[in-house]
Amino acid sequence: MTENQKGFSSKNVSEVTVEAIRRGDITLDDVRIHPDTLAHQAQVAKANGNPQLAANFLRAAELTSLSDETVLGYYDALRPGRSTAQDLLNIANTLQAQGAKINAELFRQAADVYARRGLTAK
Amino acid sequence: MTTKEPIGRFRFMNEQRVNLDGFATPAPELGLVAFNGPNDPAPSLVITAGRITELDGRPESEFDSIDSFIAMHGIDLEVANEAMAINSLDFARRLVDPNISRLDIVRLASGMTPAKLAEVLSLLNAAELVIAMTKMRARRTPSNQAHVTNRSDDPLLLAADAATAAAFGFRELETTVPVAADAPSNAVAVSIGAAVGSPGVLVQCSVEESAELALGMRGLVSYAETVSLYGTEQIFTDGDDTPWSKAFLTSAYASRGIKMRVTSGGGSEALMGGAEKCSMFYLEARCVALARAIGSQGVQNGGIDSAAVAGAVPGGVRSLMAENVMVMLRNLEACTGNDALMSESDVRRTSRTHPIFIGGSDFINSGFGSIQRYDNMFGPSQWNSEDIDDFLAMQRDWGVDGGLRTADEEEVARLRRRATDAVTAVYSWLGLGDFNKAWADEAVDAAGSKDITSGDLMLPLTAARTIMDTNVTMLDVITALAENGFDLEAQRCLDMLKARVAGDYLQTSAIFDENMNVLSLVTDPNVYSGPGTGYQMTPERQQQVDTIRQQRSVADLLSEQQSFVNKNISELGIAEVSYDPRDVVIGVSPATGKDIWVTLSGLSVADVIGELLAGLEEEGCVGRIVRINDTLDLGMIGLTAARLSGSGVSVGLQAKGTALIHRRDLAPLANLELYSVAPTITRDLYRMMGINAGRHAKGATPEPVRNPYSDEAIEARYHTKVVSLVAIERMCVSSQPPQTLVVT
Repeated sequence: MTENQKGFSSKNVSEVTVEAIRRGDITLDDVRIHPDTLAHQAQVAKANGNPQLAANFLRAAELTSLSDETVLGYYDALRPGRSTAQDLLNIANTLQAQGAKINAELFRQAADVYARRGLTAK
Repeated sequence: MTTKEPIGRFRFMNEQRVNLDGFATPAPELGLVAFNGPNDPAPSLVITAGRITELDGRPESEFDSIDSFIAMHGIDLEVANEAMAINSLDFARRLVDPNISRLDIVRLASGMTPAKLAEVLSLLNAAELVIAMTKMRARRTPSNQAHVTNRSDDPLLLAADAATAAAFGFRELETTVPVAADAPSNAVAVSIGAAVGSPGVLVQCSVEESAELALGMRGLVSYAETVSLYGTEQIFTDGDDTPWSKAFLTSAYASRGIKMRVTSGGGSEALMGGAEKCSMFYLEARCVALARAIGSQGVQNGGIDSAAVAGAVPGGVRSLMAENVMVMLRNLEACTGNDALMSESDVRRTSRTHPIFIGGSDFINSGFGSIQRYDNMFGPSQWNSEDIDDFLAMQRDWGVDGGLRTADEEEVARLRRRATDAVTAVYSWLGLGDFNKAWADEAVDAAGSKDITSGDLMLPLTAARTIMDTNVTMLDVITALAENGFDLEAQRCLDMLKARVAGDYLQTSAIFDENMNVLSLVTDPNVYSGPGTGYQMTPERQQQVDTIRQQRSVADLLSEQQSFVNKNISELGIAEVSYDPRDVVIGVSPATGKDIWVTLSGLSVADVIGELLAGLEEEGCVGRIVRINDTLDLGMIGLTAARLSGSGVSVGLQAKGTALIHRRDLAPLANLELYSVAPTITRDLYRMMGINAGRHAKGATPEPVRNPYSDEAIEARYHTKVVSLVAIERMCVSSQPPQTLVVT
């Protein structure tokens, strides 16, 4: 494990100790992965013959800045029959505006395919 | 129609456990066929202007959502034309050719369609699948996963069993719940237990997709697996997901630095009535292609909950293993099923697992039931706690690393106590609930939840609600552990959180070793290229596999015999030839009453001699005990004794209990009666032998006593002991003349 890695909060992981947790100085964001780290892992995945895993890590990097509730909500929106094509496009626009371009594209694809395959909200 | 009772041979066969299993006549229209369903397409791929416009016979306009996702994300267009042009038989042969590297194969497979890989893998026979698995799995070091659950979601028992599973070597623990709302409590209890058992054990709690992710976000579990894929759009939708929602979910896990793999398995679509006239294997090929397409690092497959469906049709068990190899071809982590019990027959379930055990996979079982069958809330596993010693013996038999190791009883007892202490402290400190000592004592000792009578069945639910309502995270659990003196466990739980920051365990096939090193496709790649290459056990690991707790040495046996020393057997001096016609010598082997005191049947040698003497006495003969020191051969012992005997008849006895009746005019290897199966000879039989020896001495021809035979594996039980006992006899052989013994 790399000891000079930074968490999502940018705190160095070496500062995350049992003692610091006990003092209440640590939040979950300190032990959450940083988007730069996911970008690095994407390179590793690609170098090891799995561009799809790399793509997943890059989508994930975009999602790091979203709250747990938002992520869970977007997941639910993609489940069958939950959203109209327009709902999905609206989320795509929101994501695009936040710089989450790859996820935005995923939602646009979903809007298209769901409409064609009857997977949108009735 | 009158039903005729079958003949005895068939009545007997019908009673065997294998006939509890369901066997289906193949019904391709229902998807009840392993390979080559009527609607399975021929492989095809058309790329037009950089996009896939036909996939396995289907034009883009007819793509369902699965086809669409695979076409958009799952096929490497740079190699697709080259890969699809390769003859399938030629490619199948490459899978077993040690001179063609795994990397070459995964590069080409990434350009192949589902139907293409299904066609390739259907060409491998069982032995070839073993070689392909050995060569193609991603991680060099094999490993294993355990189920840790119980009927009452008892947190103390969960923690004790998690620590136990870790002690036996499992590197992933999967729990689930009979009561959905208990899940957070289970996640906490199993995480604590795992940390007690070993550093670096991954933990998951299998529940509904959103709930499972939420547990991961709080740090309460360290990986996810129950993210299900299906091979037809209808069943996928019935599962309340689409390829896009699953792709997003996959990224959601990665965004929190949490390892995940998806789950699929042949037969699930047929089981749910939506196979669309396709074979189980082709539909699974779609799932595996989709798993790669959505960016999952791995797949749990090999039937899983529908393994018994695949097992019911011809070739179905082979197709389950071929599913696993397909995952490996897609360069993904393979968690190879062998979880849901697919047969009532021990022979069939072993047969189903064995090739995978031999070939080695990232996780041999995607859930070895480390607990009792009745406590397994996934349903009984293919392998369960009663099979752990079998599995360890199989590892030792074949020199195979199946991921398990022998655990010392005292150490497991200590870990179980510590696990229950830790859970008690953490639950109390966080206000989740209070356990009493009687409950904890029962949990430490319990082989299963039925052994626990002091539990409070409402506690897990209350604890789980409190965890959710007060937003307990792994940081709180770590604090509670540290505040209560469980520093080691606090650090281990923290190390699992920190692993998320590094993200190295998000790579394909990642596990942690006990020093928190990540072993994965990246750090521990499988580079098998024939004998002497690929995974080799370290001397330490070999020692773990070889040393099971049941093994015994000659020294162990010698000291065991020493605990039965009988001071009432004493030596009187050199034995002479007798001329008394009533005299019958009982010739005993060199170690009798010297280093060996108990026979294989558990009788003391003094008791055996006592029965022989009593039998002789009943016939009016006088028995005389003589130790023959210069041979351990029973025939020679008997003959030597007969030559000292006044009647010319003797009984020969080896200390392990084997006995015969001999006469001085016979050849050494001839005899009048032989009791060869020492472990089954009872007091009554020795008495009978004494009587018969007396009758022979008087010139009569008694009816020989029959050796008792049973259906027990006598040789398996006793042959190792026989080797040691014979070795002890040999150590006692000397040129000393025959000695008279007395038993007082």
